[in-house]
Amino acid sequence: MTRGGPRLAEAWQLVLPLTLFFVVFVFAPLGLLGLVSAYNEPELRTMGLAQYAKFFGDAFNVNILVQTLSLALKTTLLAIAIGYPLAYLYTLAPRRLQRVLLLVIVLPLLTSAVVRTFAWIVILGRLGIVNSALQTLGWIDAPLTLLYTPTAVVVALAQIEMPLMVLPVITALTNIDPNLTQASAVLGAGRWRTFWAVTLPLSIPGLLAGCLLVFAAAASAFVTQTLIGGGRHMFMPVYIYQQAIQVYNYPFAATLAVILLVSVLAVVTVVNVLGHRSRGFVHG
Amino acid sequence: MPAGAARESRGSRVERWSFYAAFGVLGGAAVTLLAAPTVIVLITSFTSAYTLKFPPPGYSVRWYRALWESSPEIVAAAVLSLKVAAAATAIAVVLAVAAALALARQRAAWARILDSVFMSPLMLPLLALGLALLVLFSRLGVELSLTTLVIGHVALTAPYILRTTTASYVQLDPTLLECARALGARPWFAFRTVTLPLIAPGIAAGAFIAFMASFDNVAISLFLSDARSEVLPIRLWNIIESSLDVRAAAVSGVLIGATAVLALVMERIVGLSRHVR
Repeated sequence: MTRGGPRLAEAWQLVLPLTLFFVVFVFAPLGLLGLVSAYNEPELRTMGLAQYAKFFGDAFNVNILVQTLSLALKTTLLAIAIGYPLAYLYTLAPRRLQRVLLLVIVLPLLTSAVVRTFAWIVILGRLGIVNSALQTLGWIDAPLTLLYTPTAVVVALAQIEMPLMVLPVITALTNIDPNLTQASAVLGAGRWRTFWAVTLPLSIPGLLAGCLLVFAAAASAFVTQTLIGGGRHMFMPVYIYQQAIQVYNYPFAATLAVILLVSVLAVVTVVNVLGHRSRGFVHG
Repeated sequence: MPAGAARESRGSRVERWSFYAAFGVLGGAAVTLLAAPTVIVLITSFTSAYTLKFPPPGYSVRWYRALWESSPEIVAAAVLSLKVAAAATAIAVVLAVAAALALARQRAAWARILDSVFMSPLMLPLLALGLALLVLFSRLGVELSLTTLVIGHVALTAPYILRTTTASYVQLDPTLLECARALGARPWFAFRTVTLPLIAPGIAAGAFIAFMASFDNVAISLFLSDARSEVLPIRLWNIIESSLDVRAAAVSGVLIGATAVLALVMERIVGLSRHVR
């Protein structure tokens, strides 16, 4: 028992309801999903690895997985590029401005992702702001097709998931001991050198936490992938949906879901291990 | 050497200036990028035209009127979404606050593991969980209903409440509770009069974020809502995907306005942004 915390017996009573809920409605279903993926045919007659063989034996399927993971990776990198300067700007800003900035960062997170995806359709559409600006400038004659391209999905997703990157980085940056940057300045390092040598390395744990959130969100962003990507660019989430709801092939849908789940978890685990290393580096 | 010193200070001035300019410009661009799309949708929702042309050729509230007067299916979807989010949040508050009280001050390995297990829905592709629950319910012969939808949403809302409640409980000074006990307060009385009032803002902030997450969720609802009951985000997704109806802009306008107002109210009452970090 720790000071002020409940005794172990009480702690168990308090934690039991949520634990039971998770066992019954998260882990049991996920286990069942794994089980269903191990049936050879949609009628669930014989068990085997036919679904996995089907997935990995077909370049079409593997390509969808690769596209999904590469989409998530590109989105994460772009979110770092845009989000990190914003997080750093927050630490430079005076206190009053910080409150406003934080609200500007948090508000989109609370606003519906469908709405924020729709915003990108309005922006990138044939009559959207980008096309009308380019036409007014006389740079193009006919509207460009900006929607329904993989690049559009990356840009929209990076903007939509950016707050997930910015918030943990802000936490990491504000936790840095100001004595360290002052020491760096006193020892003669300029602002840039201090940033690259002290601030950036010390913020890596927050950066990695943000990367995990953005990567996981981008890999399973059904709404943005379908609306901005259009029908021609298929990613894992919509493939799962089609196989389950439209084709009723539950074993194959379950296989796709397991593969997506395992891929995301694998990335999360690797980054977590790296994160522990970098924390060791920070304190060492 | 005064000349050398002047040159040096000029160099450091340039160095400092370039540093602040770079972060000011990049950070400012990020702020614009973050806010502009929402503002553009809000402006578009007041268009008088039949298209999503931006900037709009004229302004009116016709699409808001169309939404209110001749779109019963959208209003019904919004009502269903509110019901599901309210029920899921209420259940998740009870489950997650209890768990947070138990886990917050435990340093043992089992407590850390349970904590990351409960937080896992934030990292998992929720689509997989939605499909998994659908498979579970159909194997058990349970028909899809409001209840099955709410169950799915409890799993996705619990982590938010767990996180904010844990954070405010950890900040609570344990001597306060020891005082209450020393003065003879029974555990439940001490909880009601000391702990709960102090962690209430954390719970409220978490519940609000959880409510919004549930209200916006597509991944789980996609699998767990039956043909008759369509939640608002899926309805909106359908409208945008099939017809690009301008009513989608009006729905977006309502959601943006409601979210902003609620968030500002929560910011004033419980300091929402403090709990998000």
